[in-house]
Amino acid sequence: MTIWKLALREILHRRLGFLLSVLSVAAAVACLVGAQTLLRADRVVTDHLLQAKQADVEQVIAAKEADVKKAGDELQDAMRKQMLGLGFNILILPQEQSRSELMLNGMTATMPEAYVEKLASSNIVTVNHLLPSVTRRVRWPERDRDVILIGTRGEVPIQHRAMKKQLLEEVAPGKMVIGFSIRQDLELKVGDKVTFMEQEFEISQAHPERGSSDDVTVWINLKQAQELLGMQNLINAILALECDCAGDRISAIRAEISDILPGTQVIEKYSQALTRAEARAKAKEVAEAALNEEKLAGAALLESERQSRRQLEQQHAGFAAMLVPLILLASAVTIFLLALANARQRTEEIGILRAIGLKARQIIMVFLSKAVLIGLLGGLLGLVPGFWIGTLVGAAETGAVTMSQLFESGQLMTTLIAAPVLALALTGLATWIPALLAAGRDPAVVMQQG
Amino acid sequence: MLQLESVSKTYVDSQTQVRAVDDVSLQIQAGEFVAVRGPSGCGKSTLLLMAGGLLKPDSGTVIVDGQKPYDLTADVRAEFRARTIGFVFQQFHLVPYLTVRENILAAGMAVTRSATETSEQADQLIARFSLTDRRHHVPAKLSSGERQRTALARALLNRPKLLLADEPTGNLDHDSADTVLGCLKQFAADGGAVLLVTHDDRAAAWADSTVRLEHGKRIDSESFDDDRPFIPHD
Repeated sequence: MTIWKLALREILHRRLGFLLSVLSVAAAVACLVGAQTLLRADRVVTDHLLQAKQADVEQVIAAKEADVKKAGDELQDAMRKQMLGLGFNILILPQEQSRSELMLNGMTATMPEAYVEKLASSNIVTVNHLLPSVTRRVRWPERDRDVILIGTRGEVPIQHRAMKKQLLEEVAPGKMVIGFSIRQDLELKVGDKVTFMEQEFEISQAHPERGSSDDVTVWINLKQAQELLGMQNLINAILALECDCAGDRISAIRAEISDILPGTQVIEKYSQALTRAEARAKAKEVAEAALNEEKLAGAALLESERQSRRQLEQQHAGFAAMLVPLILLASAVTIFLLALANARQRTEEIGILRAIGLKARQIIMVFLSKAVLIGLLGGLLGLVPGFWIGTLVGAAETGAVTMSQLFESGQLMTTLIAAPVLALALTGLATWIPALLAAGRDPAVVMQQG
Repeated sequence: MLQLESVSKTYVDSQTQVRAVDDVSLQIQAGEFVAVRGPSGCGKSTLLLMAGGLLKPDSGTVIVDGQKPYDLTADVRAEFRARTIGFVFQQFHLVPYLTVRENILAAGMAVTRSATETSEQADQLIARFSLTDRRHHVPAKLSSGERQRTALARALLNRPKLLLADEPTGNLDHDSADTVLGCLKQFAADGGAVLLVTHDDRAAAWADSTVRLEHGKRIDSESFDDDRPFIPHD
C-alpha cells in the first residue's frame, strides 16, 4: 500500500467530487489558454490585416508614383524639346557685346573658349547646362544664300555634379544639322552630301519647322566653325539652361557668373518658354502633392486600421485580464471547498490512519497526491478546448490563422506548457489548508466519536 | 509492557467538566491479558486511548514498552504507536474504499519495512483469519465478524507488543466474538500484552485479570483461572 494507491482508491470511491474538481481546474485552464490563444490570434490577424492593407496602399501609391514619374518624364522630355525649339534661356556674352548690335547683326564680340571650361570646373549651382558656341550670319557660297552658322561642341559637363541628360548633342566633325527652311529651299535631306564654304559635310539631321531663326540655321562642329570663321579658340557665347531661374533668380545667376567669369554679361532669353516650363513644373508639383496626399491618406488608413485593431485587442486583453483571474479564483475556491468537504467527509478514515500510526505529513501527502492528479488531469483536459475556442474566436474574422503563425512568437507555447503547471500550483495551494486541517485532526476524538 | 501511573483525564467544555479517568494506575506485563470492565461512560475508552498514545492524560504517566509516548514528538509517537501498539475497535474503523487486504496493508504504511515482508505478513494474517476469499472485498460487503477479523489482522500486521481492544465484540455474534477473543488470548499467550475494554462479562472472562472502573476510578481487580474455553483461530 502506498500513498498513491490510497489516493487513487479514494478518488475511485468518491468520483463525483474528484470529477467536479477536475472540471473546475479544466475550466480555469481552458479560460487561461483560451484567452492567451485569442490574444495571440488577435495579434496574428492584426498583422495579417495590416500587411494586406499596407500592400494595398503600397500598390496604389506605386501606381500613383508610376503615373507621376511618367508625367514627370513626359514633362522633362517636353521641356527639353521646348528648350531645344525655343533656344536657351541664359546667354553668357562678352562684356563688350552690345545689345543693340546683338539684335541687329547677331553676335559680334568674342571671348576665349576656355571660359566654358572655367565655368564648368567652378562650383556654379544656378546653371545646369553649358553649351559654348560661335554664331555668325554667313553666305553659303555654294548655294548662294545667307544662313546663320552655329558651331557647337555639345554640352560641356559641369564637373562638380553628375552629368545631366544632354540638351543638345554635339555635332560631329563633317556633319551638319540644318533648319527647316534650308532643308525645304535647298531640297536637302538627311544623308545628303553638301559643300559648305569649300568643305564637305553630310546632313545628319534636319529640324522641323520652329518658326524662329533656327529655320535658317546650320549647325556644324565648333572646331570646324572656328576654322571656317577664323575664330580659333574663341566663342561668341555660352548658351545655358538655367532650371532654377523663376522670379528674380536672374540677378543671383548674374552675380554668380560675374564672380567666375569677370568681363562677361548674362542676358535672359525666351521667358515665354520659362513660363511654360514653370507651369509644367507647377503641374508636376501638383502631381507630387497629390502623390503625397495619397501617401498620407494611405498612412492614415493604415493608422486607422491599426487603431481599430489595437482597440479590439485591448478590449480582448481587458476582458481576459478580468475574466482569467476571476475564473482562476473561482476555480481555486471551488477546489478549496471541495477539498474541505472531502477532508470533513474523510474524518473517520483519517482518524483511523492516524491511529494506526500514519504521520501527519503522510496524510497531507494523500491529499496532495490527489491534488496533483486533479491538477494534471484538469490542466491537460483544459488545454485542448481552451486552445480550440481561442483559435475559433480569434480567427472568426478572417479564418486565416495557422498553427505556425500562432506558435511563431513562442509565447503561446510557453502558456500551453505553463498552464498545467499553474493548474498543479492552483490545486496544490487550494488543497493545502484542507490537507493541514485533516492531518491535524485528533485521532482520539475521531475514535471516541466512532 | 504497559504501565499507567495515576493517570487522570478531565473533559472540559464551555458548561461542564467531566472527570473521565481519575487517578488510575495499571500495569500489564508481556503475556498478560487484562480486561477493564465497567458501565458505559465510566472512562474505559478514555483509559484505552491514553494507554495507546492517542490521548495525553492531564496528569500521571504512561509507559509503553519502557517508553513514555507523550514525551515523544507527534511523528515519532505515531511511528512508535505503529510499531508497538495494535488497536481493535467496536466500530471496526476500516477504510471503506480499501479491500480487506489493502486495509490490512494500510497499517504497513506507518512503518519502514520491506514491501515484500509486509505483503507476506498480510497474506499470512488473511489466511489465519479465514479471509482469503474476502481479500478483495471492501468492508461494506463483509459481515461484522469478517470486518472485525480484518481490523484484528490490521492491528497485528506490524507485530505489536501491546494490543488494545475497545469493545471488540460489541457488534458480533457469539461465534465471531469467541474467534476475536480467542485471538486476543493467543496474542497474550505468544508473549504480547492485551488490554481489553468491555462492559461484557462474557468477554471479560477471557482475560487473565480484570480491572473495574466506575466514574473514572479503579474499584478493584480480579483474576480468573485460565480454564475458559479457548478456540484458536487459524
